[in-house]
Amino acid sequence: MNRRNALTMLGGIAVTLVPLTALGAESDVAAAIKARFGERSTRQGRITLKLPKLAESGNSVPITASVDSPMSQTDRVVRLGIFANGNPRPLIATAAFGVHAGSATFTTNVRLNGTQDVIAVAEMNDGSLWRTQARILVTVGACDAMQTRF
Amino acid sequence: MANNRIKVPESAQRGEVIEIRAMIMHPMENGFNFDTQGTVIPVHIITDFVCRYLDEDVVRVKLEPGLAANPYFSFHLRAQQSGQVQFEWTDQDGTVTHAMAMLTVA
Repeated sequence: MNRRNALTMLGGIAVTLVPLTALGAESDVAAAIKARFGERSTRQGRITLKLPKLAESGNSVPITASVDSPMSQTDRVVRLGIFANGNPRPLIATAAFGVHAGSATFTTNVRLNGTQDVIAVAEMNDGSLWRTQARILVTVGACDAMQTRF
Repeated sequence: MANNRIKVPESAQRGEVIEIRAMIMHPMENGFNFDTQGTVIPVHIITDFVCRYLDEDVVRVKLEPGLAANPYFSFHLRAQQSGQVQFEWTDQDGTVTHAMAMLTVA
């Protein structure tokens, strides 16, 4: 094996390792929020995240995010994003509320790869961003099952 | 067309905020699972969900592989007048599943 082959191999190994080692960085969440909501500063609060303290399986965890808003024509939530900082892909879902939305409450079931923080970001109609996060303990992550399967 | 369940109250008062629930049967393959041969199952998800009432959006969701299989949503609608509540799920392969319920407003 000559030097060129060895370097190409090393490069290949580095490329395959990057996605595995880059899991769960807070910067990933920041980048994901920026990609969805643009370069704006977020303020803490206004959102209530309801999720279990401990989930035995990360395959389906019920999460409710509700934003304190009257949902009137002049003061309403436009978008709500749910992120998880320990997942391979931090963005879980974004919900856009239309004119007939009765409240800025959104419930869904998410996959979580281990113990981590779940983050909700709300965009108001005046352009401000609000953020809340909550810690959740996950006994068996949604991605852990894959290693035992084969 | 995938099997789906929706829950919309049959009737409501004008201005009342009611809960809507919607679920669709879908594996939401996240690209991290392997089949029995050890090959990766590619990402296969529902990408968009929209609930419409009186021809305007109630909620529009962009789904990602981070959602659990059989994606379930619950949200609220403010009743205004009798009309259809329509649901639409769009698979990444282009399949669209529709569902509809009548809401009677007193």
